[in-house]
Amino acid sequence: MTSHIKPAILMLLFFTVLTGIAYPLAVTFSAQTLFPRQANGSLLGSNGQPLGSELIGQAFNRPEYFWGRPSATSPTPYNGGASGGSNQGPTNSALIDAVQMRIKALRDADPSHSEAVPVDLVTASASGLDPHISPAAAAYQISRVALARHLSPDSVRELVERYTEPRQWGMLGESRVNVLKLNLALDQRLK
Amino acid sequence: MTENGLLQITLYFVALLLLAKPLGVYMAAVYENRPVFLKRILAPLEAGLYRLSGVKPEQEMRWSEYAGALLWFNLFGGLAVFAMQMLQAYLPLNPQQMANVTVDSAFNTAVSFATNTNWQGYGGETTMSYLTQMLGLSVQNFVSAATGMAVLVAVIRGFQRTHAECIGNFWADLTRGTLYILLPLSFVLALVLAGQGVVQTFKPYQTVPLVEQVGTATENATQTLALGPAASQIAIKQLGTNGGGFFNANSAHPFENPTPLANFLEMLAILMIPAALCHTFGTMVGDPRQGWAILSAMTLVFASLLFVTAGNEQVGNPALAALGVEQSVGIGQSGGNMEGKETRFGIVNSALWATATTAASNGSVNSMHDSYTPLGGLVPMWLIQLGEVIFGGVGSGLYGMLVFVLIAVFVAGLMIGRTPEYLGKKIEAFEIKMAAIVILIPAFFILGGTALAVMLEVGKTAVANPGAHGFSEILYAFSSAAGNNGSAFAGLSVNSPFYNIALAVTMLVGRYGIIIPVLAIAGSLAAKKTVPTTVGTLPTHTPLFVMLLIGTVVLVGALTFVPALALGPVVEHLSLAAQHLEQ
Repeated sequence: MTSHIKPAILMLLFFTVLTGIAYPLAVTFSAQTLFPRQANGSLLGSNGQPLGSELIGQAFNRPEYFWGRPSATSPTPYNGGASGGSNQGPTNSALIDAVQMRIKALRDADPSHSEAVPVDLVTASASGLDPHISPAAAAYQISRVALARHLSPDSVRELVERYTEPRQWGMLGESRVNVLKLNLALDQRLK
Repeated sequence: MTENGLLQITLYFVALLLLAKPLGVYMAAVYENRPVFLKRILAPLEAGLYRLSGVKPEQEMRWSEYAGALLWFNLFGGLAVFAMQMLQAYLPLNPQQMANVTVDSAFNTAVSFATNTNWQGYGGETTMSYLTQMLGLSVQNFVSAATGMAVLVAVIRGFQRTHAECIGNFWADLTRGTLYILLPLSFVLALVLAGQGVVQTFKPYQTVPLVEQVGTATENATQTLALGPAASQIAIKQLGTNGGGFFNANSAHPFENPTPLANFLEMLAILMIPAALCHTFGTMVGDPRQGWAILSAMTLVFASLLFVTAGNEQVGNPALAALGVEQSVGIGQSGGNMEGKETRFGIVNSALWATATTAASNGSVNSMHDSYTPLGGLVPMWLIQLGEVIFGGVGSGLYGMLVFVLIAVFVAGLMIGRTPEYLGKKIEAFEIKMAAIVILIPAFFILGGTALAVMLEVGKTAVANPGAHGFSEILYAFSSAAGNNGSAFAGLSVNSPFYNIALAVTMLVGRYGIIIPVLAIAGSLAAKKTVPTTVGTLPTHTPLFVMLLIGTVVLVGALTFVPALALGPVVEHLSLAAQHLEQ
């Protein structure tokens, strides 16, 4: 039995070099050559002054911005350094209370609205960093944003449509709106 | 279920079944050491590895030697991961200056990655240095997967051979699986994922300004984006049924799974090798129909349970409907129970992933299982409890399923009054004893571990959700550990000495407590003669046998776990239907 100790240690050593050093270095080199933007975090804006990542959402609370998914990361929402969901179960009263608060915040910010709220706008995402909301959740907020920015709802709707991504290849995933890009566009900071 | 939902699911099954056959045939060629294209390039590397390690690949091992080599190799692998975590603060490639990991957490993680479980009691981006992720965790992702595949190949040789003493060379099987199967597939997948937006860099975490400046305090004005060499690790964690995420949110994290296409490929990678291995089996035993029969049984169970999860998640949470939340699917939203799910994946891709990752012992997640509806979350838990044999882990799923095949032919043999046979081998008392051990060990540790945890204060205080759901969290944790799955009802605070140690022990027994009897079966089968097929032989490639096999798996799973499930998800479902909330 002990005759296997030497090959076990040596094999582990070689596989460590092969799969732990050579392989990730080869992938890094190839990815940095072929897809430098994506491999470094899909940053928006110029290289020296990034405006955020296209893939990582940010927290928005003011009426003039579109709000993203609620985020359960700690200590602050949308903490890109510590991802995670709420892990609240469906019968947990804390979940129901949280959803109630979120609905109230939406209604308070736009009292003219009374219809049912799209579910993704009041439930925490899995990563706490979800960059998207559903087109329905964006549509729900158009009147508030337009009012706060003194814009016509139609012009805001047009912008929302421009930042709505369809299903990938017309069939994969769900259609969605990138909240950070939309808000940057509203601020006219995105080309 | 929407039309598009059905389309996405159909596309997934078609892609999976189309890829499985050629990959399975290729893997058979690799393990039988027949010439394949990659050998022309990598054969010198393979030969060099053997020479430097002093291994003679043609020198075969008895089952006990095979097990011995495997255990030593896994022991040193685990120790290396443990040491790296305990010392990471002093080692290079630690741009975020992560501290050394605590002893109990490091032990748990070392066991978890060596056993192909990849249970994570820690948050990746807040705990592990780039070096630990790369040199410790990634390496075990490869070799623990290759270990499972090696055991399967040894079992197949048991069926192939007659009057043989040996079942192959562990070092050769390990090396070939890594070099010719896992490495090339991972490299290709990693690059495609990087193209979709999965990060792959050694730079420190990126800081970006917030668009909406909160207050005037400067500490609020920026966002830190965790980066790292993620794509290379994510490719193998999907392909090798490992599942340990680079980031805490696993494949829900946009840097780990950025687009629907990335999601589709990562999901495909979960089941691809386990499905293909059925064809490897069919090819190697010289009867492809035997592989098809097992693959059909797996696919049927998987597909039926998928619709239970997807259906329940799509209906949503009745407690939210009462508050004025729109959960129906319609223009502009996928609706359903979106707590703990990502917008880009919606309900269908979250449910499909949750079912696939627990059918296989992958354990990566793209949505938080803890927030699923009671019945939507019951399915992933029960799939793990079935013994991780519906596709299952790479290698481990099929050798587990072959144990159930032995039980099924044994049951059939009892019914028709003949000595049970499978592929010309008489199944006798020794094989059935070993099979019984394989089935009883995980059940004992899942139910026993859960019972222990709910009796102890340290077990109960870790629970995040009140009521029956809290019990489900504990039951899921022990199921996941024993099945070497690694997914979780993640609200449970498992980074405590009690859970770290209890779950590590469960993972160890769930891995090696099964590998050893399975290799013993392989050794015993290899030594037997092959009996000729007669009209009285039970055919094992027919739809009838597929049903018998499904019946065996489901019945054993149901009889063992329904009482425990009744206390968790079933109670929760009934209380939710009655609109009763837990404080």
